[in-house]
Amino acid sequence: MSVYYEGIIILACVNLLAVLGLSLLTGFTGSFCFGQAGFMAVGAYVATLMTMKLHTPFAVSLLGGMLAGGLISIPLGYPTLKLKGDYFAIATLGFAEAIRLLIENLEKITGGSRGIPSIPTRTSLPIILVVTIVAIIMVRSYISSRHGRNCVAVREDEIAAQAIAIDTFRYKQISFVINGLLAGLSGAFLAHYVGFIQPSMFGIQKSTELIVMVIFGGMNSVTGAIVAAAVLTGLPELLRAAAAWRLVAYGAAVVFIMVIRPQGLLGTWELSWKNIQRLWQGIKSIGSHTNKAKA
Amino acid sequence: MALLEINQLNKRFGGVVAVDDFNLSLEESTLQAIIGPNGAGKTTIFNLITGIYPPTSGQVKFNGDVLTGQQPFKVAKMGIARTFQNIRLFPEFSVLDNVRTACHMEANYSILEGLVPTPRRMREERELTEHARKLLELVWLADREEELARNLPYGHQRHLEIARALALEPRLLLLDEPAAGMNPDEAQQLMEFIREIKQKFNLTILMIEHHMEVVMGLCDYITVIDFGKTIAQGTPEEIQANPVVIEAYLGVGE
Repeated sequence: MSVYYEGIIILACVNLLAVLGLSLLTGFTGSFCFGQAGFMAVGAYVATLMTMKLHTPFAVSLLGGMLAGGLISIPLGYPTLKLKGDYFAIATLGFAEAIRLLIENLEKITGGSRGIPSIPTRTSLPIILVVTIVAIIMVRSYISSRHGRNCVAVREDEIAAQAIAIDTFRYKQISFVINGLLAGLSGAFLAHYVGFIQPSMFGIQKSTELIVMVIFGGMNSVTGAIVAAAVLTGLPELLRAAAAWRLVAYGAAVVFIMVIRPQGLLGTWELSWKNIQRLWQGIKSIGSHTNKAKA
Repeated sequence: MALLEINQLNKRFGGVVAVDDFNLSLEESTLQAIIGPNGAGKTTIFNLITGIYPPTSGQVKFNGDVLTGQQPFKVAKMGIARTFQNIRLFPEFSVLDNVRTACHMEANYSILEGLVPTPRRMREERELTEHARKLLELVWLADREEELARNLPYGHQRHLEIARALALEPRLLLLDEPAAGMNPDEAQQLMEFIREIKQKFNLTILMIEHHMEVVMGLCDYITVIDFGKTIAQGTPEEIQANPVVIEAYLGVGE
């Protein structure tokens, strides 16, 4: 496989890890997070500094970046997850901007706005692919567990969730931490793939891109998030020949989906044995109908 | 000792006194009703018991423990389940998942076991699904378990909400207008049903209801409130004969 295509797949996996967390937090738990890039930045910088300053092995740096993203979610979630709806989104937006500015101003440690160059590029396709697949399986498993059901119950109706003894705040907090862990991991992979990080990579544009992926794929579908991350990472690259028009096409694709299917590409559909069998039954019955019609 | 004791409960919203000096004592295994005109403060009392609002003053005791100031999920954990006047199901969940979600306390597996399925998780999930199916059978919804809750007809949604409340295995069940929107036949059926579950699960029930046939036919004791104030308490016979109640609520027959 050419290095070019390999690169696209790696970037899609980087995005997918961050989108997976968002899908759990925003799609399934219902807390709209607009600051995903902030968590990615924390993961990216912590992992990079561990590699460059402490010379830790790659795996340890990844773990460090991941934990940093998760840990920072705890004190942040405590006051903000009590906010309702849009206010939580605004708080996370503010957090991400604060992180970006903090990185810009802590020049001695982070290199300021010029960033950190020549990070050892250790992210390889097999590693990130395996990690991403494991993450997908774990998130899917979580969502189908009693804890996952409780998360969705919180999104559906908080008062009703409380009435059946669900500690709504705790479940939001857990989703927020899992989201932070995945975003931190995503940032750590990104830094060790690109080999260079700077604060402007983690601006509001990145957060928007990620939340668009979740909405595009379908808020209630992990499969949708995967498809969206793959399509929306790949699309601008495939359209490279169209030069400046490619971003227009990207925007148009998003608008098109939102108008045609407000619930997202896949809505609530998940890839599973049961659903594949159902799909197959559906196709077969259409086939038999047309056969009958011919007869 | 009464299972539920409410002492001098008050709730003000700004200048409006929604609940004024409310007292109630509910013995184990009895069925009581709170009746009164719309806006009298009945649902507010339920919201005060379940911790949705903090009271302005007064105290609610359940089984000897003070409930006042507890968060709603803790109140539910202590054994008080409720339904809502305007039905609060999880609309995007299947019928089965609505009840399965409410069974969550029967399983003990941890967050980590949520990420990675273990034999214990699978066993506990199987058990709680079985329990949920039994409850659905009880409310005649066993054959619709895969439908989305929001697609159910109104009456079935009410039944599903009761099944979900029963999934908590509560000691006290609070029913907020269970017969709302039902015709006399359906109300009759509901009465039978409430009697049946009360017996079967050894429940204590407090209900808010406007259907007088249901209230008079089912309850051991009735509290009538108007503008937040308790205007009468007594057995169905006493209430029906009480001139104050007749004037404020029941109305005078021709």
